[in-house]
Amino acid sequence: MAKVDFKIWRGDAKGGGYQDFSTDVTEGMVVLDSVHQIQAESANDLACRWNCKAGKCGSCSAEVNGHPRLMCMMRMDEVLAETPKGAPVTIQPMKAFPVVKDLVTDVSSNFEIKKKIKPFKPRKPDAEDGTWRMVQEDVDRVQEFRKCIECFLCQDVCHVLREHSLHDEFIGPRFLVYAAALEMHPLDTEDRTTELKNAHGIGYCNITKCCTNVCPEHITITDNAIIPLKERVVDKHYDPLGKLWRWIHGTEKEANDQQ
Amino acid sequence: MGDFQTHEHDVLVIGAGGAGLRAAIEAAGDCSVGLVCKSLLGKAHTVMAEGGVAAAMANVDERDGWETHFADTMRGGQYLNNPMMAELHAKEAPARVHELEEWGALFDRTRDGRILQRNFGGHAYPRLAHVGDRTGLEMIRTLQDHGIHQGLEVYMECTVIELLKDGDRVVGAFGYDRERGRFRLFKAKSIVLATGGVGRAFKVTSNSWEYTGDGHSLAYHAGADLLDMEFIQFHPTGMVWPPSVRGILVTEGVRGEGGILTNSEGKRFMFDDIPELYKDSTADTPEEGWRYVTGDKEARRPPELLTRDHVARCILKEVSEGRGSPHGGAFLDIAWIKEKFANSEEHIKKKLPSMYHQFKQLANLDITKEPMEVGPTTHYVMGGVRVDAETQMSTVSGLFAAGEVAAGLHGANRLGGNSLSDLLVFGKRAGEYAAKFAQENGGGKIDDAEVDALAKAALEPLERDGDGENPYEIQRELQEMMQDKVGIIREDGLMKEAIDDIAKLAERATQATAHGNREYNPGWHTALDLKCLLTVSEASARAALERRESRGAQTRNDFPDKDPDDWGQHNLLLRKGADGAMEVDKVPVVPQTEQQKKIIEDNQ
Ligand SMILES: Cc1cc2nc3c(=O)[nH]c(=O)nc-3n(C[C@H](O)[C@H](O)[C@H](O)COP(=O)(O)OP(=O)(O)OC[C@H]3O[C@@H](n4cnc5c(N)ncnc54)[C@H](O)[C@@H]3O)c2cc1C
Ligand code: SF4
Ligand code: SF4
Ligand code: FES
Repeated sequence: MAKVDFKIWRGDAKGGGYQDFSTDVTEGMVVLDSVHQIQAESANDLACRWNCKAGKCGSCSAEVNGHPRLMCMMRMDEVLAETPKGAPVTIQPMKAFPVVKDLVTDVSSNFEIKKKIKPFKPRKPDAEDGTWRMVQEDVDRVQEFRKCIECFLCQDVCHVLREHSLHDEFIGPRFLVYAAALEMHPLDTEDRTTELKNAHGIGYCNITKCCTNVCPEHITITDNAIIPLKERVVDKHYDPLGKLWRWIHGTEKEANDQQ
Repeated sequence: MGDFQTHEHDVLVIGAGGAGLRAAIEAAGDCSVGLVCKSLLGKAHTVMAEGGVAAAMANVDERDGWETHFADTMRGGQYLNNPMMAELHAKEAPARVHELEEWGALFDRTRDGRILQRNFGGHAYPRLAHVGDRTGLEMIRTLQDHGIHQGLEVYMECTVIELLKDGDRVVGAFGYDRERGRFRLFKAKSIVLATGGVGRAFKVTSNSWEYTGDGHSLAYHAGADLLDMEFIQFHPTGMVWPPSVRGILVTEGVRGEGGILTNSEGKRFMFDDIPELYKDSTADTPEEGWRYVTGDKEARRPPELLTRDHVARCILKEVSEGRGSPHGGAFLDIAWIKEKFANSEEHIKKKLPSMYHQFKQLANLDITKEPMEVGPTTHYVMGGVRVDAETQMSTVSGLFAAGEVAAGLHGANRLGGNSLSDLLVFGKRAGEYAAKFAQENGGGKIDDAEVDALAKAALEPLERDGDGENPYEIQRELQEMMQDKVGIIREDGLMKEAIDDIAKLAERATQATAHGNREYNPGWHTALDLKCLLTVSEASARAALERRESRGAQTRNDFPDKDPDDWGQHNLLLRKGADGAMEVDKVPVVPQTEQQKKIIEDNQ
């Protein structure tokens, strides 16, 4: 057991600053445990979100020593190893979202963005009993995207949102992953490429891969979701001959799916 | 009237897990629906479910059917289940799962492209549709993403603290939003409770902060009957090390994929004690058990897949007799399957990705190479609001309940996978009948004075401003006490003490205090949660004390046997008496129909 010093950002929309705390850290503790311990011992009203404590719900996102992370999956021994000797561990709220209080941010914009993406629209059932047949290989690709726990760490780290605050122009990596999951779903028949290009602003992404690096679910956001979507958009919007051909053959969506 | 916002809906759904979302989607067709939840949308407990959703689709073993699923559920529940609920559940689950696929869910597939199903404890055939070990995430996300296009009004991070009645029917709910601490008044023609469970009443639990038994307590204080509150499921395999993750779940899917339990002597102890009820359906040898998990239809299941209550007791026995693992559990070994096939590491990572990740990150352990240490953890409450099997209406008019907060389907013990299917089947029914109720009944009248009094009472902890009891401390003492006195192994004296302790803690809770202001103040929230925690703790302790036998999830030192003639024929009800004290009432179980009896016999 050892005392560890923390600097935790406290405040609300009006402003705030770091407050110093110190608490005992025992074997196996994660950052979230330390925050809870501080909350129970000396700051009952310290606000933070959490639910599962096992990296499954995506509630406890914050910036630990400057890195966007899930507090429940970050072991204290790892954090201490990266913290310079004598320096405190710093914890602050996600920077790309407005602060509500302490470590809690207003992530409501994410829920609004999702509503604007056209929902799933399945093809007619394959079997008489109203069910579908899909092979595992086709499902694998989309299952990767569906692992997303909506922690919004990728939104937090993406410079388009974080530095340039283009929240109204660009839906951000989480929702490109969401759109990719729909677009590449073996049963889906909807076409979202026009919106991706225009309203959703896929062009703002310049493939820095920061989102992929931070994703706790290890979704290869840039290579597997964003780049294929970009290709679809280009294919659809800058290839008039191909478009005409598909229009004549009525295979708009399938042509995309086979890529 | 005081300062609060008022919202009006035909149907108010409290809780946005699987049950609440499914109910809201169903009701939204014809009604205006409000959906309230304590966390952000998509973060409810359902997101954590791992193993799968049980539905007799017979995609993997064509011998399966609703009758077998029904019989398994009844046997698992030791025949205290409401047989009508068990029948509806078994019949309707396949359609509810297929509906998820229609809304975009992507389950793992069989070779011929259907939904793949896996083995789980107590299910005769591979029955759990799943997505690796993140089935709950797939389910809640599908419902959420479908639900947001159905015109629901969602109130996130809002906690309901009281139901409002007009005469004997519910007409509204009162709560506060967690972000700003402002009060909200919801007027509704009918209300669906879908608030989940009570695990936070115990120290070691797989449940999150949300599981403070709110729905149970709201219903009880509104005059509804609670049922089967003695039956709390202790899942056999929670993490035991390191201490800060103690209780976090290790999915039964590990055993479904071939994981075995061993003690410190390396012995596979589950073969030592196989209950009579399951003798004929359990493997005799490890070799037969392995054949079962790899799909041999002639083989019988390994004893690791016996029901949860039994497996939990067997682990405790090893520990108490000195054969436990270093940190007081047993070993759960999936790495051993490398003896059976070459690419076992990849296989384990593919089938149990989040377990792999969880142990790697939190315990620094590679489950493809080493055994895990596991022990029992408080997991699920079979007991809850007593509801009508078909409509899910409680004994209070206009008040419905579905999902973990409702009782009846699981009896004395729930089978794994039967909760996710429960949410879908009875969530849908609750939504449908709540909508119907709303359409057939007008709105009621809300008593303004009552609302003002509630708001005033809710602010008291803040007004004490630090001068009183620390709510976290009361919560901690309650959890420790419940773990010790109303935990896995129970006896008369300890439970009587528990009831006294609860009364003392309840007294102290009236002096709970919170520092700071109303904005996102967890200290204040914890103070307000205490009432619910204490109510459900008392209900469990009283029912467990009354049931003088061991059955399913209830194990008593002083009554170690089942009592088939008396207790095996009765359920326990709890309700608020006229004097405000909790009353316990012993009632006969819902009788089985002749057809149901026959199905159970045929499936022995
Ligand atoms: C780790 C884990 C793994 C599991 N794995 C499986 C599995 O593989 N298969 C299976 O069948 N079951 C499994 N279960 C059980 C199953 O997940 C739960 O029983 C089920 O998800 C409960 O769903 P629900 O809709 O009833 O409640 P929840 O999903 O818990 O939702 C409750 C909702 O109610 C809200 N709420 C609560 N109180 C209030 C209040 N006062 N005011 C407003 N809102 C409120 C919450 O915010 C939340 O939105 C597992 C459980 C755990 C913990
Ligand atoms: S790759 Fe694109 S979406 Fe991801 S962080 Fe970079 S700019 Fe943002
Ligand atoms: S894609 Fe990854 S980082 Fe982004 S929200 Fe989902 S889980 Fe989080
Ligand atoms: S608490 Fe669920 S991801 Fe951290």
